[in-house]
Amino acid sequence: MTDSVLTRRRFLLGGTAGAVALALGGCDGAGEDGTAGRILRSAGALTLATQRRLLGQHTLAREYTEADISPRFRVNGTSMPDSPVYADLLEHRFAHWRLSVDGLVERPMAFSLATLKLLPSRTQITRHDCVEGWSAIGKWTGVPLAHILRATGLLAGARYAVFHCADELETTLDGSGRYYESIDLVDAFHPQTILAYGMNGKDLSVGHGAPLRLRVERQLGYKQAKYLMRIELVDSLKRFGGGHGGYWEDRGYDWYAGI
Amino acid sequence: MNPDHTTVMVRRHTVTTRLTHWLNAVCLGVLLLSGLQIFNAWPDLYWGQYGADGDHAWLSIGAVRGGASPQGVLRVAGKTIPTTGVLGVSTVDGSAVERAFPAWATLPAFQDLAQGRRWHLFFAWCFVVNGGIYLLASLASGHLRRDLLPARRELAARHIWHDIVAHARLRFPTGEAARSYNVLQKISYAGVGLLLLPLMVLTGLTMSPAINAAAPFLLDLFGGRQSARSIHFITAALVVLFVVIHLAMVLLSGAWNNLRSMITGRYAITIKNKEGMHD
Repeated sequence: MTDSVLTRRRFLLGGTAGAVALALGGCDGAGEDGTAGRILRSAGALTLATQRRLLGQHTLAREYTEADISPRFRVNGTSMPDSPVYADLLEHRFAHWRLSVDGLVERPMAFSLATLKLLPSRTQITRHDCVEGWSAIGKWTGVPLAHILRATGLLAGARYAVFHCADELETTLDGSGRYYESIDLVDAFHPQTILAYGMNGKDLSVGHGAPLRLRVERQLGYKQAKYLMRIELVDSLKRFGGGHGGYWEDRGYDWYAGI
Repeated sequence: MNPDHTTVMVRRHTVTTRLTHWLNAVCLGVLLLSGLQIFNAWPDLYWGQYGADGDHAWLSIGAVRGGASPQGVLRVAGKTIPTTGVLGVSTVDGSAVERAFPAWATLPAFQDLAQGRRWHLFFAWCFVVNGGIYLLASLASGHLRRDLLPARRELAARHIWHDIVAHARLRFPTGEAARSYNVLQKISYAGVGLLLLPLMVLTGLTMSPAINAAAPFLLDLFGGRQSARSIHFITAALVVLFVVIHLAMVLLSGAWNNLRSMITGRYAITIKNKEGMHD
């Protein structure tokens, strides 16, 4: 995420002039880098600031009823992580799997699936909106992330939670295709932000991210990281992947996916 | 010079109207092209709260494989319409490519949802700010009430029918009557500015999961996120239809005079001299 604070006035002034220049220039590559790219990206910062102001900290996403659940919930992204480590975990029904929570925390901890299931849980029927445009409604059961973070405690400077996943969405030699995501502490402590191990009344299936996936209900689908292995509390997203805070963010998508 | 007629230059459009009009045109152009890019990422439309694989799409643009080469089809209302070359399958760099809308209709031209979203969301902000300035200024100056909202007598069926017939015969108001918008102009401008374009913004916002949390009534208003997405698409089609008719009318009713009035503000009307003397 950009650290620079963009004021509304600067956006309006720069934006209006930029809008005309961009449109008249009409160049295809303008979205990527350079001044035009920066102008276009400035809208993302404005959207984050505006939506956060409208939302407040604890405004809940709509919760639906059992009757609203999609008959078939599309499996998107990775449907089966392709690694010997994951294959081994799956073979033993995740008995050896541990979720590490570390980084800028007072007490680094590791949770087994059985432990997570003993902690206070929350069940919510919510809508999953893919950035592509489709939506599906499912029932998720899991531990509020806030509960985990209160157990580990946070050190001063912790600003983001980074979610490390077991799956590689793009097979690369340097590991840059490994899925990861991040959210800030506003979303991390939101009551509907849960680490889900159950879906529609059953254990989470492999296609939907077994054994554990993130639900951040006020953002789009690519934030809902599957196959969680580790949560790292950090002060900056710069040193992960391409430095933009997530697999898809490194490929041009906005870090804040509220729209 | 015709001795019977005098040409009078009137001030047609304020500087606010002219500036916001052209910025609006730029915004709508970019929003349409980048919107089609976003549509291409999932070229199916649904009604209701959800919609994905296996759910019934009322409109779908896709490709049918099986033959020698894939065929583009538009499926709507139970019908399958072959659209190869334009929808579903079109040519990119000399070869047939499966994509809903063709490269010439999307921004960027190549398939790139992330960049399409950046363009769309940036220009959506410009569009909202620009439209807001226009509406507030027009409300404050009385432009909205005075020039755009039809008077009760103008809404009489006979009056509207008379104007429709006149337009169909390409007979446009002249003289004093050309000083103000006719009822068809008023209905279409007010309809687009006060209904269609705000509907674009509201249905667009209803697709935002964060806005859904902040303003859940929008989901109820439009009948769900996927319904809002469908209405967003239909409304965009209506705006395109308006622009096509608008451009045709601008050309047919005095292209240069209309264009000049939206650039310099000055609009020429021809008045019969007897009438003109009253001025």
